[in-house]
Amino acid sequence: MKSDKLKFLVFCLVVFALPLPLSTGYLTNVLIFVGINSMLALGLNLLLGYAGQISLGQAAFFGLGAYGSGVLTTQYAFDPWLSMVLVALVVAGFAFAIGFPVLRLKGHYLAMATLGVGVIAHIAFNETVDLTGGPSGLSGIPNLSIGSFSFDSDLKNYYLVWSFALAVILLSLNLVNSRYGRALRAIHDSEVAARVMGVNARLMKVQVFTLSALISAIAGSLYCHVMTFISPTSFGFNISVELLTMVVIGGLGSVYGSILGALLLTLLPELLRTFQDYDIVVYGLLLVCMTIYLPGGMVRGIPALLRRLVPARSGNA
Amino acid sequence: MLRLEGIGKRFGGLTALQGIGFTVAKGSITGIIGPNGAGKTTLFNIATGIYPPSEGKVLFEETDISQFPPERRAQLGVVRTFQNIELFGKMTVLENVMVGLHTQSSSGLFACSLRMPWQMKEERRIREKAKEWLEFAGITDLADVEAGTLPFGKGRLLEIARAMALEPKLLLMDEPAAGLNSRETAELAELIKRIRDHGVTVALVEHDMDLVMDICDALVVLNLGTMLAEGTPREIQENQAVITAYLGEE
Amino acid sequence: MDLLNQITQFVISGLATGAIYALIGLSFAIIFNSTGIINFAQGEFVMLGGVMTIFALNVLKLPLLAAVVAAVLGTTAVGLAFERLAIRPLKNATPLSLIIITIGASILIRGVVMLLWGKDTQVLPPFSGNTPLEIAGATLLPQHLWIFGVTILVIVASRLFFHHTISGKAMRACSFNRKAANLVGISVGRMVLLSFVISSALGSLAGVIIAPLTMTAYDVGVMLGLKGFCAAIMGGMGSGLGTVLGGIILGTLESLGAGLISSGYKDAIAFLILLLILFLRPQGLFKKGETERV
Repeated sequence: MKSDKLKFLVFCLVVFALPLPLSTGYLTNVLIFVGINSMLALGLNLLLGYAGQISLGQAAFFGLGAYGSGVLTTQYAFDPWLSMVLVALVVAGFAFAIGFPVLRLKGHYLAMATLGVGVIAHIAFNETVDLTGGPSGLSGIPNLSIGSFSFDSDLKNYYLVWSFALAVILLSLNLVNSRYGRALRAIHDSEVAARVMGVNARLMKVQVFTLSALISAIAGSLYCHVMTFISPTSFGFNISVELLTMVVIGGLGSVYGSILGALLLTLLPELLRTFQDYDIVVYGLLLVCMTIYLPGGMVRGIPALLRRLVPARSGNA
Repeated sequence: MLRLEGIGKRFGGLTALQGIGFTVAKGSITGIIGPNGAGKTTLFNIATGIYPPSEGKVLFEETDISQFPPERRAQLGVVRTFQNIELFGKMTVLENVMVGLHTQSSSGLFACSLRMPWQMKEERRIREKAKEWLEFAGITDLADVEAGTLPFGKGRLLEIARAMALEPKLLLMDEPAAGLNSRETAELAELIKRIRDHGVTVALVEHDMDLVMDICDALVVLNLGTMLAEGTPREIQENQAVITAYLGEE
Repeated sequence: MDLLNQITQFVISGLATGAIYALIGLSFAIIFNSTGIINFAQGEFVMLGGVMTIFALNVLKLPLLAAVVAAVLGTTAVGLAFERLAIRPLKNATPLSLIIITIGASILIRGVVMLLWGKDTQVLPPFSGNTPLEIAGATLLPQHLWIFGVTILVIVASRLFFHHTISGKAMRACSFNRKAANLVGISVGRMVLLSFVISSALGSLAGVIIAPLTMTAYDVGVMLGLKGFCAAIMGGMGSGLGTVLGGIILGTLESLGAGLISSGYKDAIAFLILLLILFLRPQGLFKKGETERV
């Protein structure tokens, strides 16, 4: 318990101090997206890594958050903070409502159903041109501000996004190490046994689905205010797959794993920029190889690898 | 305590159970026996809500629970163990029992993620209580072992500890002695008696006749999905229909 | 053109795409029945069929028939490699890991095709010209006839294969009960491999015959695959007539919806149908529900 708190505090310090030595705005900008992706990956991981329920439609909730905030603030002149809260609640309500029929499905069927939700949402973003601007996107979204203080620079946005991300990380850490988190993992291991233990599996699955949608919607709202421009390509099927990849390579059922996954997969395309378009091949390879050779993800695989190497060395010495 | 009335179950065109009716008396250890394919596990699945009966009623303390899902029955005090052990394999032994205390605690999504003071207190209580149940089953030393790696006999004890953590009124055990050696079976018999002395009514499906005759107060015999006989172990041993079913005609 | 003619036109093109969905649906069902896997890379086999035919035709200068055969064989080789390299090495396969791995394979295949042949849409000329035939006031393209012909041929052939050959019967046995099949001496591993081979061949064939109508590109597999899956779900994941009907219903509804309501929502219609079926009749349109035995 103590070491968990310490770990989180150290992590907070790192997050806080990270932009200080970075002179360029470019890296800070990338780190903003690491923060947003961390929230999204963590939301998915709660559902997939803990409760064992797959979703290939996370981008839909992310997009609904972004477009909700974007449309309300540009077309209807809503206050950004108010619209963020409203949109998050509406998206959560929507997820709760579709959660009951969707999460009655298992495995492949669940994957397909969530994928269907994602595709339909993506089509809607493209087709409702009057509201969303369609394929050419929605621009002129205002920055967030508190009083006269506007989050109009990369550095300010970095601290804004990461405050949210850290809050989500803290809440997730609390959740997974509690009665609730244990019940989720129990559902993952054996749904029948969990139900026989009095765990209301059906309701809890819908609740955690709703929570992950809520987190994604908030991430979406932040994204639109940071970017000030959004278009449907940021919320398609590929994004859902990218989030899945983050969770899998970081480590299913590990909070910090999701952060690691988000970091790696956000940096990777930046590093591969010279080899444009290779990223899709790399994602594919990563997904296949990780699932076969490192099913526990990086956070578990790398320490295990080290453990195997270290005793070997001390044995030789 | 538990009363079954005219239970029938069909899978597609196959009739697995028909016209099953008996009562499990409060405070008893009731054994359900019968040759393979008699429908014993199906009956357990119906009693615990894994699936509903095609016909008939399941009454628990005079409440009709036929259509209740398993979690609701667990909250009422009907808990079971499984023939092939259904543990939460990736969780530790202690955590498994802590899940068993789910119905004994109430912190929800918000209290847990915000780490409210009462939730912290409850969490400590869950942990203490779980340790007590490990001690009850005699597996305290395994608390931090991953449950999936336990040998079968220990897994069985853990499953019982986990079920007891719910403080059930009725514990249904599906072949608790299956896969155990004779020493483990003897220990199991003692454990089941301790469970009964703890005020828990026990119903078990079992093949091990020595065990059944040793610990059961009442027996129900199923054969090919129907009731063959019911009575005390002595009565059953002398029942001609039962002997025929087990040994064949002639 | 009056409404009736228009509707006839939509139905004809709906039947053609529906036949394609049916073929893809069958290819899903073949793998599902012998392995329990829903192969998320199924659509990529379809895409590979079209893209490879164009490559064989334009670059290797093969005649059409040889190009089609080469493309189907090429895709089959990919299917074979896929089973060997991604499915077989997987220890403790859970539905979750299988989903993730087939998704991984699908984007890998898509990525490689994009690197090899670029992002542009490619055109495959129709097999026998473009002169439309007039039927009941609606036009029918020769390619439509090809699609109907090939689909009927494939359905008949697969029926013969699954019911009248040893391998086909063995595969059906695996789908009913893998353990029992193994006990009577059927090599389940070989049947799984065979199912990937047949399924990828079938998928690529669907991709070849649709390509002249819709054009093709590295990323057409996703949608085609998902709609084929939708057809298979409607047919209850069987490898029989249900899936064919499912595909045809889906294709027709989609075509009518696109024509009469809005073409932008064409794909949304398919997915709404998919969701409705998953929610209301997950066992398929034509089957009766049964309690799952624990």
